[in-house]
Amino acid sequence: MNIAVFVKQIPDPAMPGELTAEHTLKREGKLILDESDSYGVEMALQLADKAGGGEVTLISMAPNNEVSGLRTALAMGAAKAILISDDALAGSDALSTAKVLAKAVERAGDVDLVLAATESTDGYTGTTPAQVAELLGWPSLTFAKHIELGDGKATIQRQTEAGYDIVEAPLPAVVSVTAGVVEPRYPSFKGIMAAKNKPVDEVKVADLGLTTEQVGWAGARQQITNVAAAPAREAGEKIEDDGAAHEQIVAFLEKLKVI
Amino acid sequence: MKIWIYAEPAPEGDKPATSTLELLTKARELGDTVEAVYVGPNADAMAPALGEHGATKIYAVDRGDALAGVVGAAALASLIEANQPDLVLFAQSYDGRDALARLSAKLDRPVVTNGTDLKVDGDKAVVGTAIFGGNTLVDTKFEGPGPFLAAIRPKSFAAEPGGGAAATVEQVSAPDLGRAGEAKVLEHHVEEQEGPKLEEAAVVVSGGRGLGSAEAYEPLVEGLAHLLKGASGASRAIVDAGWVPYAKQVGQTGKTVKPKVYVALGISGATQHLVGMKGSDNIIAINKDGEAPIFSVADLGVVGDVHKVVPKLIEALQARG
Repeated sequence: MNIAVFVKQIPDPAMPGELTAEHTLKREGKLILDESDSYGVEMALQLADKAGGGEVTLISMAPNNEVSGLRTALAMGAAKAILISDDALAGSDALSTAKVLAKAVERAGDVDLVLAATESTDGYTGTTPAQVAELLGWPSLTFAKHIELGDGKATIQRQTEAGYDIVEAPLPAVVSVTAGVVEPRYPSFKGIMAAKNKPVDEVKVADLGLTTEQVGWAGARQQITNVAAAPAREAGEKIEDDGAAHEQIVAFLEKLKVI
Repeated sequence: MKIWIYAEPAPEGDKPATSTLELLTKARELGDTVEAVYVGPNADAMAPALGEHGATKIYAVDRGDALAGVVGAAALASLIEANQPDLVLFAQSYDGRDALARLSAKLDRPVVTNGTDLKVDGDKAVVGTAIFGGNTLVDTKFEGPGPFLAAIRPKSFAAEPGGGAAATVEQVSAPDLGRAGEAKVLEHHVEEQEGPKLEEAAVVVSGGRGLGSAEAYEPLVEGLAHLLKGASGASRAIVDAGWVPYAKQVGQTGKTVKPKVYVALGISGATQHLVGMKGSDNIIAINKDGEAPIFSVADLGVVGDVHKVVPKLIEALQARG
């Protein structure tokens, strides 16, 4: 069972975000593994383990040959990584990113299953997994909160508005996982040491058979026409609980005629 | 401008989803022609409401046991070629996102998702989105050839009937789905919910990491929600931790709610969360950390321990009967 996992390396979401002059998110500093992707990595490791073998390959597109987030996921137990880093990729939208990732899956070769988060924490377009599936001509099982593999098929519980559906597809397939599907492991010291020597295949856009017109600014075909501060919401009353704060909440609810 | 809406049924299956009616209402204001592409059963039953909200015609496709978004993308691709809409709108829903994503790859057209506003500038569509937890509003204009593809967050527009007649229904046969059609829906599970739905409730009570443990969610969050005849929600932190299902998540990557009263219990107010709830009419927050960002949007902020304040609040509400 060979599993490829898409991992995004993002600016620390705890830090305030900033836009560049081109209105894209600043990604200059150190990037970290998107926490949303740690669930996919953990799921891949567990599924490969259960299947009795196979490799987990990470696929990441990032500026400046960034590997710090990849090393975290390698330390969790992934075997190797493909890193696509190219100045031509600056400004890439979700579809351009999907084109790059789909080509990287083909480069990895012999992939039975692709796992991805439902959306990244920084851009959260949320279309990349299904776009990749369409480009590869594969089935996609999206919003999985549980996955089972067997008989050459993936069976998932797919989140719906009303509850969940049981959906299955023959492999190879793309599955996007919601957070909370598994508890991501912390890398062990041994894992962190081993990660330093795991292979990272660094590739450029041209190595994937794509042209620079298909990706980056050229591929995005969108223009940011305005950026403005949202009207701020005013804070109201703030009180310290002295043991009777609940009475003020009751009074507030009464005033609003909720009770 | 010819605008198409990817129409979805409500979870109950007997009427269109509210998010579909919201999109139609906005499309009616902006477009010369508004039509819908509907994937699912009972298209004839949907026609009156879709027509009343602005659609003159529905292209209806049966999904069989395939995923709605997969059928929707394939049907849209062939219908778009024949009918040339300028803009296709999707709700930011599970199936809407599937349909949008696959269609974008089929047509090689970019997408804008998480839209909260929509304008037309000449023959181009401009989608407004809110970033950095809703602090910054960004307008994105499509360049290049159409159709433009966008997903809009539910509750961005009001759904208002415009008095249109029932839409005419044209049944379209399901297109060849290729390997994508090998994904089959085997079973539907409806998780019974007590009380109103999260997106529709007048009162929403949400819990966060400050609850301390998964066990505190039921007595405090669900307990209070029940007494206020509201729905229970959650911050991303406790969904990620596996305390409650993703369906309860309020925020950027979860649901957008705009209740009359939003009660945040032990939620610090990460930007990820604020974007999903700061449109609420009134916000009450209880959190131990007086510096928590949630207090910057709260109409009534209580700096205190949810484990002390909420049981007393529940007791006081129960005493009122």
